[in-house]
Parts: sequence; C-alpha cells; structure tokens
Amino acid sequence: MSDIADRVKKIVVEHLGVEEDKVIESASFIDDLGADSLDTVELVMAFEEEFGIEIPDDAAETIQTFGDAVKFIQEAA
Amino acid sequence: MRRVVVTGLGMVTPLACGVEESWSRLIAGQSGAGPITRFDASRVATTYAAEIPFGDGADGTFNPDDWMDPKERRKVDDFILYGMAAATQAVKDSGWEPKTDEDRERTGVMIGSGIGGLSAIADTAVLLQEKGPRRVSPFFIPSALINLVSGQVSIRFGFKGPNHAVVTACSTGAHAIGDAARLIQWGDADVMVAGGAESPISEIGIAGFNACKALSTKRGNDPQSASRPWDADRDGFVMGEGAGIVILEEYEHARARGAKIYAEVLGYGMSGDAYHITAPSEDGEGGYRSMAAALKRAGLSPADVDYINAHGTSTMADTIELGAVERLLGAAAAATTMSSTKSSIGHLLGAAGAVEAIFCVLALRDQVAPPTLNLDTPPEGVRIDLAPKAARQREIAVALSNSFGFGGTNATLVMGRGDR
Repeated sequence: MSDIADRVKKIVVEHLGVEEDKVIESASFIDDLGADSLDTVELVMAFEEEFGIEIPDDAAETIQTFGDAVKFIQEAA
Repeated sequence: MRRVVVTGLGMVTPLACGVEESWSRLIAGQSGAGPITRFDASRVATTYAAEIPFGDGADGTFNPDDWMDPKERRKVDDFILYGMAAATQAVKDSGWEPKTDEDRERTGVMIGSGIGGLSAIADTAVLLQEKGPRRVSPFFIPSALINLVSGQVSIRFGFKGPNHAVVTACSTGAHAIGDAARLIQWGDADVMVAGGAESPISEIGIAGFNACKALSTKRGNDPQSASRPWDADRDGFVMGEGAGIVILEEYEHARARGAKIYAEVLGYGMSGDAYHITAPSEDGEGGYRSMAAALKRAGLSPADVDYINAHGTSTMADTIELGAVERLLGAAAAATTMSSTKSSIGHLLGAAGAVEAIFCVLALRDQVAPPTLNLDTPPEGVRIDLAPKAARQREIAVALSNSFGFGGTNATLVMGRGDR
C-alpha cells in the first residue's frame, strides 16, 4: 500500500474510531464506517491539513469511500 | 399541584467523580483546591483553582474514558463531558429506563451552563486567526453550545420529552432544577434530568474573572485556604469545575415503580436585583425576595428551615447574603445552620446550584450539615451557626439552597425529606 494510503487510513481510523481492517478501498465513510455528514467534513479538513492541499467543496462531495479519498489525494498532491 | 421528588443523583466535582465519593470528602472537611494544572497559569493573577481529579477512575478519580468514548469526546468541550458523566450516574442511580415511546416522550432534559464552551471558542478564535476559516471544525459550534449537554444526554438515553437549557450565570443549576420541577408540576413531563455543567478553568476564563476582581489572588502558597466564605480575610472566590445532575420525578410516578425517593422539591423562588451587572445591592433585597418566594411556594415559614446551603462565594457579597438570611429568619436564625460548600469545592458557576442542591438532598438524608472550611474569623455579631471547619450533625427536615448570578439573577430551592 502506498504511503498516501497509509496516511489516509491513519486519519480515518483516528477520526472515526474504527478498526484498521475495516478501512478497505470500497468502504464508504457514511454507510460502512459510521460517519455522519459532520464527520465527513472534518475528514476532508484533516486530509487537507495532512497533505497540504485544498479540496474544494464540490470535489469533497465526490469523496465517498476510502478509495475515493486516496485517489483524489494521489492526483492532487 | 403535582408533587416532585428527587430519585437520582450524579456529580463530578473537584473532590471526586461520584456522589458518595464527593459527599464523604465534603463532610470530612477536605478541599479540592490546588495549583492550576489545566493550563500554564504563569500569565494570570490567580494560579490556583479547584480542578476535578483526573485519573484512571479508581479512588474517586475522573476517567473520561468511563463516560464518553474518545471519538465522541473530540466533538465536545469539557463541560459537556462532565455533564454527560453526571447525567449518566444520575440516570443509573434512579433506575429509570423508559421502555415505551410514551415513557420516553414523558422524560425530558434541562441541563444548563453559565458560559458553555469557553475553551472551544477561545481555541477556535486563535485557529481562525492563524489558519483561516477553512480550518474551523464542523464540531466547533455543537461542542460549545450550552444546550448541547441536554442534547447529548437525550441522544444517549432516548429521552424525547422537553429538551431545554438554562443560562443564568451562577444561578443556572438552581434555575434548571426549579424550572424542570415546574415542567413536571404542570404535566409537560413525568421525569426530568436537570442540573448544570461548567468547565471555566482556562486562561481566558481565569483572566476574565480576574478582570472582574472576583477571584482570590493572594493565597498561591496555600490554595486550600483560599476559599473562606464569611471569613474576615477572604479575598475572592476560587474557580471550580464540574457538573451536578438530579433526576426529578412526579411523586406518584416514582412510587408506582418503587423508586428510591431521596427528597422532595417543596419550593422554588426567583427574583432579579435590577441593580448592577456583577454586584448585589448592599441590602441583599434580591436574595431576600428569592428566599421568601421559595418559602411561600413551599407553604413554609422561615422558622421551618433547618439548613441553608448559602451562595457564599468567599467574596464581599457573603455578608450581604448573611444579612438577608438573618432578616428573613429573625429570631429563628439562632436555631438554623448555614454553610458554604464552596469553601471545599470552589465555585462551579453554572453547575454550582445543582451540586449544592444535591448536597442539600444528602444533608436531608444523612442529617448532617457540611462545614464551612477556613472560617477563622466570622462576621461580628453573627446569629446563625455557620458550621465553621466541621460538619454539624443535626436534625434537618427542611433545607434551602441559594444561588445568585451576575446580572442580578437569584434562585432559591427549598427541599424536604423524601420520607415525609
């Protein structure tokens, strides 16, 4: 797994309080990992902080799964 | 009018986490004051406070993990954490577990705070300045809003009745219990979770009250001696923190389920000073009217009061309250005991009235008046027993608790034994 994926996973585990093995590529933050809409806003902010990028609101809405997040950050970073 | 009784208690105080742990230390004359550890206090005039003893949960220490999981804790300011801990204790103590939708809809929550998420607001203001608006957390607002203790408690337990929060500075806890009792009397609910929570021990909190000249500043070498209500050498209050929560219940409802009844809320009075933003008037007439109104509601006369838990903050206002009490009681003052438990736990602001109401409930249960610590030199000519330095074993059938707040807001609760 890439360095970016590891760092994203660490943030997800920390913020959502989920087991690491639940954070798989297809895992939806809301449907599978127990996040609510506020949690997802905070997650996106944490990604921006960690990777020094800006994720515009319309782009943030397309980030639904762990895989989405890793892909977006790989392209943006 | 429907009768309202107390069937559950919960508290987190500078003495301990837990009702019996706090109470036994209070009666033993212990103090919760010490040097400030919550933040670097080197820049503020007051370097001591009465902090909750954090720890692993053993021996009365407060372990946050016991009350909210770390994921949820990141979304709340400390006053909500303390409120959740005390509310969870109180609900468990009451044994009230609504099983039907109707029962849930007849159970409400009224937990207030004087200031709410002061630290969250201060920290976020700094973040905003340093990193800009895009770094403001989505949890900032719900972590700081005062009514979010009531909200969080309702979500945890599924209580769907009235959901409300009182904000009347240092009268908050007493107003919350009094107002919640009224909701039960009027039939808006059968059970209410009521009280107050506060977490003001932060640099901005201490700096703000220092600027008001309200805090003790000169006893950094011996913090446990700093809170000394009525004493000639008092120089301000000692900041405390924590939460006090009671379960209030309609009398027949409590009887029908065989609940343990600690005490009855007999009377509740309120008044406004209409005088000054931080000081009571010299004659204490606001406090006098609040006490008189509560006794009238209770159908009692001043001579019926055995124990008074005073507002008594260890400021100049102590003697104003004392004057109002002695005027109200008249000759009966000589047979009454009044103490200030702030001498032990400091001033819990919006939680104070609720914690002190619980101390009254326990005074009624155990027939003992808690002591006023550090009272070396009482006011000259005082006629009432101020229980200096040692708890007073005595008959207590009726207890009265005063709370007075900035803005000139006064509340008084009158409580009687549960076995009346």
